[in-house]
Amino acid sequence: MTETADAVTTGTERPDFPLDRRRCPLAVPQEYEVMREENPLAPVTNRMTGKPVWALTRYRDVRQVLGDPSMSSNARNPSYPAQFHVPEEMLPYIAFPFPAMDPPEHTVRRRMVIPEFTAARINKLRPRMQQIVDTQIDQMLAKGGPLDLMAELALPVPALLFCEMLGVDPVHIGYFRRYAETTTGRDSSQEAVAGAIAEMDEFLDELITEKTKNPGDDLLSRIAARLPDEPTLEHEDLVAIARVLVIAGSDTTANVVSLGTVLLLQHPEQLAELKADPSLWPGAVEELLRFLSILDSATVRVATHDVEVSGGTIRQGEGVLALNGAANWDPERFPEPEKFDIHRNAEGHMAFSYGNHMCPGANLARMQLETVFRTLFERIPDLRLAADVDKLSYMFDAHAYGLHELPVTW
Amino acid sequence: MRVEVDRDTCVGSGNCVHFAPAVFDQDDRDGLVVVLAESPEPALRAATRTAALNCPVGAISVDRTHSGSPPVRPAP
Repeated sequence: MTETADAVTTGTERPDFPLDRRRCPLAVPQEYEVMREENPLAPVTNRMTGKPVWALTRYRDVRQVLGDPSMSSNARNPSYPAQFHVPEEMLPYIAFPFPAMDPPEHTVRRRMVIPEFTAARINKLRPRMQQIVDTQIDQMLAKGGPLDLMAELALPVPALLFCEMLGVDPVHIGYFRRYAETTTGRDSSQEAVAGAIAEMDEFLDELITEKTKNPGDDLLSRIAARLPDEPTLEHEDLVAIARVLVIAGSDTTANVVSLGTVLLLQHPEQLAELKADPSLWPGAVEELLRFLSILDSATVRVATHDVEVSGGTIRQGEGVLALNGAANWDPERFPEPEKFDIHRNAEGHMAFSYGNHMCPGANLARMQLETVFRTLFERIPDLRLAADVDKLSYMFDAHAYGLHELPVTW
Repeated sequence: MRVEVDRDTCVGSGNCVHFAPAVFDQDDRDGLVVVLAESPEPALRAATRTAALNCPVGAISVDRTHSGSPPVRPAP
């Protein structure tokens, strides 16, 4: 048993969570196993705020909490276990995006964007996604290995598609990435975060003003056109919506592409099956999402009344980290969770969260991941790592787990 | 089997379309759930149940009274 698990189990101290290290870099933290068994409602310390918070590790508890609309996501609540450095003096003024709100404010804002992510709309993007992937892989083949898969494929592909969806010049991709890194970075100072938000708001304010005046056939123009129908929303609310889209579409898919590539290369028999039968990819993507759970600690809530979970009671006003990666590795729900198995029924995983905040871009991510992986291994069947799997630059300390770079060759 | 949806509760996750595209769709205008097959044929029933159980907000209910089983209603 590790020291952390020991401390959590005995309740002698409140270790810092989320954890910033993993014994096996492709697995969720090993400590979860003991916590799930012995202390499923574990008293820990939120590393971001230094305040006490609960950590949940059982599937049924995480699902119950995320599915309970009375568990609040309101980031203005002083007990909200924030996973970002939000400068306290900005709390009263900052226009939070809808993932940090409760109904009815959450509902009206979320409903501004969900028509943009319908399954039908995502399906129509498939041919364009395929072109983007093919173009990047053409460039990879022209350059030859070894190269960094993160820089050449995983990062640019989702960003290019998302810029087209938003109606933003791809020249801004680097800026969006730096913004995401600053605002989600666990080491970013409050001043840096405040500055980055203010600068991004100015950028998006101008952009949305332009989209309102001269609408194009894109997401931001369409949400701007919906604004007059929503009496409770203002221009600033659109800026806040755009601000979260910029982050959500930036690195999340990229991290599953890079870590997923490593995981697939570690399982050559299953990869061979996928190459032989591409109809297996959708199931494999669900298993990759479950196994990697890159946003394990992004699902947090604060109780608005006492709530019973299997390990005890969460009192009104207490914060909780509903660790979706821990839930996705609960053997009661997914037998032998440590076994990566593309034939497993991964249905019910909560890598996209659960409840009224479930990722509206889930089907976009699924489509992107299927296209990238299928095409990558179809066109470069001999792809292999150009570095030792244990020596890769894992982002143990990041909000979204991933790799800084991924050297590959063929 | 009879499928009912609560569009007020729906959050447009698209999970139901992912699991049962022949039974569920999303409205182009508001992104909320639309039922394509209110009484899905037997071949679609398992996928319909999966969709109902995995709706993140329990907005789908599947009534199985015709087959003699109790109704499946996911927890909210």
